[in-house]
Amino acid sequence: MSTVTVQLFASYAESFGGPTLEISLDPGSTVGDLVHSIRSLPGAYALPESPRVAVNRRFASFDQVVEPRDEVALIPPVAGG
Amino acid sequence: MRRSAIVTRVINPAALMAEVQSTEFGAVSMFAGTVRDTNDGRSVTAIDYTAYTSMAESELENILAEAEDRFGLMAIVVEHRVGALALGDVGVAIVAAHAHRAPALDCTRFVIEEIKKRVPIWKREHYADGAREWVDPTARGVATT
Repeated sequence: MSTVTVQLFASYAESFGGPTLEISLDPGSTVGDLVHSIRSLPGAYALPESPRVAVNRRFASFDQVVEPRDEVALIPPVAGG
Repeated sequence: MRRSAIVTRVINPAALMAEVQSTEFGAVSMFAGTVRDTNDGRSVTAIDYTAYTSMAESELENILAEAEDRFGLMAIVVEHRVGALALGDVGVAIVAAHAHRAPALDCTRFVIEEIKKRVPIWKREHYADGAREWVDPTARGVATT
């Protein structure tokens, strides 16, 4: 197992109660596995069916493998402009 | 030339217009998104923008690179503000310059639509009744500038 720090912003930071989550993952786990783990936490009610996840500052697909040193962020619906 | 930035200061669209000034361009198109006093029928008094800054800067740069490819050689500058904004403040400004008007106009539209889809910036509106809520464009199927 390794621990990945997931950055949270805006409405997600409020619903989960802080700016980051620490998630334990098995080696080879994917973004989809990560989202599945997050769904078990209090605050997950705020997540849509397929939340957007960024890995190393790029939007990632659910089948992308998450490495321990990756910069991971859960991206709420964007509202710039 | 192209330049994009996430800023915490006031955006001056005239300064962005001056930045792209060149006699090689016959058209300069500018879009400014400003803070509106109502949204979905509610009275808005102010907004906060917050960003995942490093990714927002990266995505803005990607969008401008795509715009250069799509519309041909041109000059383009974008600034998006974060922090507390008052009614009427400029939240985002896009200036595109080209030899001809159609690519300049189309480019500003392209850039603002892409910003709304993929740049990790969030907006919290302050309402006259004291409530504050994060805007979720996906919840009502429309964008909100």
